[in-house]
Amino acid sequence: MALLEVDALQTHFRTPDGINRAVDGVSFHVNAGETLAIVGESGCGKSVTAMSILRLIPEPPGKIAGAIRFNGKNLLEASDKEMRAIRGNEISMIFQEPMTSLNPVLTVGRQIGETLRLHQGMSAQAAEDRAVEMLNLVGIPEAKRRVKEYPHQLSGGMRQRVMIAIALACNPKLLIADEPTTALDVTIQAQILDLMRDLKHRVGAAIVLITHDLGVVAEVAERVVVMYAGRKVEEAPVHALFNKPRHPYTQGLLGSVPKLGSSLTGEATRLAEIPGLVPSLKQKIPGCVFASRCAHATDLCTAVAPALEEKAPGHVAACHYALREGALAA
Amino acid sequence: MSTAPLLQVNDLKKHFPIHGGFFGGVTAKVYAVDGISFDIAKGETLSLVGESGCGKSTVGKALLRLFPLTDGQVILDGQRIDDMPSGTLRPLRRRMQVVFQDPFSSLNPRMRVRDILAEPIRNFGLAKNSADLEARLAALMDKVRLPRDAVNRWPHEFSGGQRQRIGIARALAGEPDLIICDEAVSALDVSVKAQIVNLLQDLQKELGLAMLFISHDLAIVEHMTHRVAVMYLGKIVEVAPRRSLFGAPKHPYTEALLSAVPQPTPGIQRQRIILKGDVPSPINPPKGCRFHTRCPYAFDRCRVEEPVLRPIQDAMGEGHVSACHLHDLPAAQNPLSEAKGAQLLAVG
Amino acid sequence: MSTTTLPPGVNAAVPMQDIMPPVRARGGLFGFIRRNPTIAIGGLLVFLMVFIAVFAPFLTSKDPTALAPALRTREPSAQFWFGSDMLGRDIYSRVLYGARVSLTVGFAVAICASAIGLFIGLISGFIRVADSIIMRIMDGMMSIPSILLAIALMALTRGSVGNVVLAITIAEIPRVSRLVRGVVLSLREQPYVDAAVASGTRTPMIIIRHILPNTLAPLTVQATYICASAMITEAILSFIGAGTPPIIPSWGNIMAEGRALWQVKPYIVFFPALFLSITVLAVNLLGDGLRDALDPRMAKRL
Repeated sequence: MALLEVDALQTHFRTPDGINRAVDGVSFHVNAGETLAIVGESGCGKSVTAMSILRLIPEPPGKIAGAIRFNGKNLLEASDKEMRAIRGNEISMIFQEPMTSLNPVLTVGRQIGETLRLHQGMSAQAAEDRAVEMLNLVGIPEAKRRVKEYPHQLSGGMRQRVMIAIALACNPKLLIADEPTTALDVTIQAQILDLMRDLKHRVGAAIVLITHDLGVVAEVAERVVVMYAGRKVEEAPVHALFNKPRHPYTQGLLGSVPKLGSSLTGEATRLAEIPGLVPSLKQKIPGCVFASRCAHATDLCTAVAPALEEKAPGHVAACHYALREGALAA
Repeated sequence: MSTAPLLQVNDLKKHFPIHGGFFGGVTAKVYAVDGISFDIAKGETLSLVGESGCGKSTVGKALLRLFPLTDGQVILDGQRIDDMPSGTLRPLRRRMQVVFQDPFSSLNPRMRVRDILAEPIRNFGLAKNSADLEARLAALMDKVRLPRDAVNRWPHEFSGGQRQRIGIARALAGEPDLIICDEAVSALDVSVKAQIVNLLQDLQKELGLAMLFISHDLAIVEHMTHRVAVMYLGKIVEVAPRRSLFGAPKHPYTEALLSAVPQPTPGIQRQRIILKGDVPSPINPPKGCRFHTRCPYAFDRCRVEEPVLRPIQDAMGEGHVSACHLHDLPAAQNPLSEAKGAQLLAVG
Repeated sequence: MSTTTLPPGVNAAVPMQDIMPPVRARGGLFGFIRRNPTIAIGGLLVFLMVFIAVFAPFLTSKDPTALAPALRTREPSAQFWFGSDMLGRDIYSRVLYGARVSLTVGFAVAICASAIGLFIGLISGFIRVADSIIMRIMDGMMSIPSILLAIALMALTRGSVGNVVLAITIAEIPRVSRLVRGVVLSLREQPYVDAAVASGTRTPMIIIRHILPNTLAPLTVQATYICASAMITEAILSFIGAGTPPIIPSWGNIMAEGRALWQVKPYIVFFPALFLSITVLAVNLLGDGLRDALDPRMAKRL
């Protein structure tokens, strides 16, 4: 059984000018110890999916439907008390902005210790010892001194390490990382990605990595879910996705990212464009959500939403044409 | 290039005072840009890369004279513009325009697209009459591939990518020779980013524009640029033509930067250099080489003596300069002597 | 649509049903009220008060200043809807006419203080040298509670509606200038202002075209709060006898006159107080609604 099973998840928001169908029927699973990346552009619903898993969506104006089974238990049916026991303990989350996700008036040690005392009933002393241990684990030098410092005394990279320490303090089974390196500089991003890879082997938590950066996906993920306009359009093991993307959107996305070293290999000098704009989620889209921007779209695509079908082992795509060999030139 | 460069920058400095204390006196200075020199030829793209806080955006704003410079010369087509009175400078501003990062805050929300684009045309007296103005507006919208009738709409009616197109059109309205792109594509989504990158490249070819492309995104830079200048803590540490810089980096910082960029190719084997620690504060930059606190190859000399930019032998082409003491060592001891861009990037 | 036969090999996804009832996006007045209930309620009440003030002579047949010693301190009745005061004047007419004073003072102060504050704030935000001097003066003025400042200014002149407006305006200016200065300083950092400078726009045009229009939204919101606070200040001044002359019916004056009889004839104080509260609440509601509607961060969310 998978650690996390998301089944036909719908997260809608009521807005003055219509229902925003931010996530509309997304299903995926995460196995224990595995890293799953959810990629997509802004507004595709990837962050809302992450927030929905932890039930962090304010209701109203939001509403969640479907099923989110964690260890077989449907989180959407759990009480608030049960959810609080799960959040930060069995499932924890790292946010994009390390500046605002830490409390500025509490020491780093207090913030790490807090989750431990709350969820595991540790004594203050034990919690502080564990905090030092956690800071060592995430590679913060002079951990004994650093636990007594406040967030503003730390640099951006250090803060993100502290966030990771807080997230891992209770040995969660699942870690949701929402754009964990987007706000960081490239050399600091390399440090954090290195740390995440290292920790994965040592801690063994499953990771759901939410990102728009295909480079980051290629470096850390094992499986990838591609989202577009609130729906899952493709899911595949990372190699298969990058080597043989089946959905035209994924293909467009990969083609629009320049690869470093292109001047050395003399590769294509023009980036592939995906023409047009993401459709409004306030209109119901009967057909394929990508049809309006897809070069291969036909009347069928605009009329009938394609089902997700398995194209190769573990590789599914929602496209009427992806299934016919050769129909889409990769 | 035998002709004089379009833009020449000599020893540009910008220090921001930090006011503090009871009387608001200057308590410290941020050495945002601390003596940099470069030039840009007509029709050339020079990229300024570096991490946040390295001063690259300050360079762009300083060139545009959005604030007074601390020191240095800026020479636009043979004329010194750094100390020019603002009245004399105003007509010259036409030749150097800017595209900013944030497509939302870079357009005045209370002006229609028409008025946004007409502002520079009117300021520089480019339109002979109202028919000419209309024709220019239409031509600008064509250039950035937006429908002509969109000039009557408000900025909030457009998506991020479309707003960035309007920002580009505004920059083109004055018929400039040089466009400063300050992280112009960084805030955009992947697929939109490609659209804007392609547009900028097309426009450069079409109009023979020179570009100062300020960015932290090395892959985009490599895709766009002719030459690259790498900045670290207010200084340029390396300048080289594109192929030389990406193929044979001659500064340890450039090397680390290249190896740190995640490549969208799963499972590749590449040489990684993970820098320790964070960028030091520009209020109190390290003595000697500014990079020595994080440099994997630093030795005693780096901690005391600041290296200067000087030409480096490079098999891949001319015009490669780097500020690093390693190049004084015999080639056998210099970890930067061989070209290893390909290993860092795992290509080829 | 599910009944249409699909070509062989094509599989349709299971269609998703909406999980909440549809939002009826209504245009026109009704939609506006739905989206901005505070503006609608506040605006309606303010409109009502303005209507009362303007048409006071038509809403009552009694002269608010007519004395009738024989009919002193009557309880509210069919003859005196809100009762009569100790000089036998009809409180209903006095309250209606009192709305004129309150609203005049409120609106006049809001307009004058905003205009002067805008001017000072713009200078302060654009000229560094002037800024440090102006702002120290404003700090000095703000260190005196505005009601005390207004009382002090009133002590220098004789009571009239014009002088009340002047006194409250002077007391309100520092807050407006501070607000405008802050907005100007943040607007000056906006990339579109940098872009305008780079495209050769002169400073006066930068202010008129780029700074001023973007200051108006926060200023409008502030103006409503000033309006509300000016009406309260006016009532306080009149209540303690430092405001409008007693001959003019204003809510503060009526309350001042009823003060001595509060325990036996509470209605004399109650009705003007009720009108004052409703008006201030209405103006504040309008301000809150405008703030939410005009704040660009609030708009276009989700």
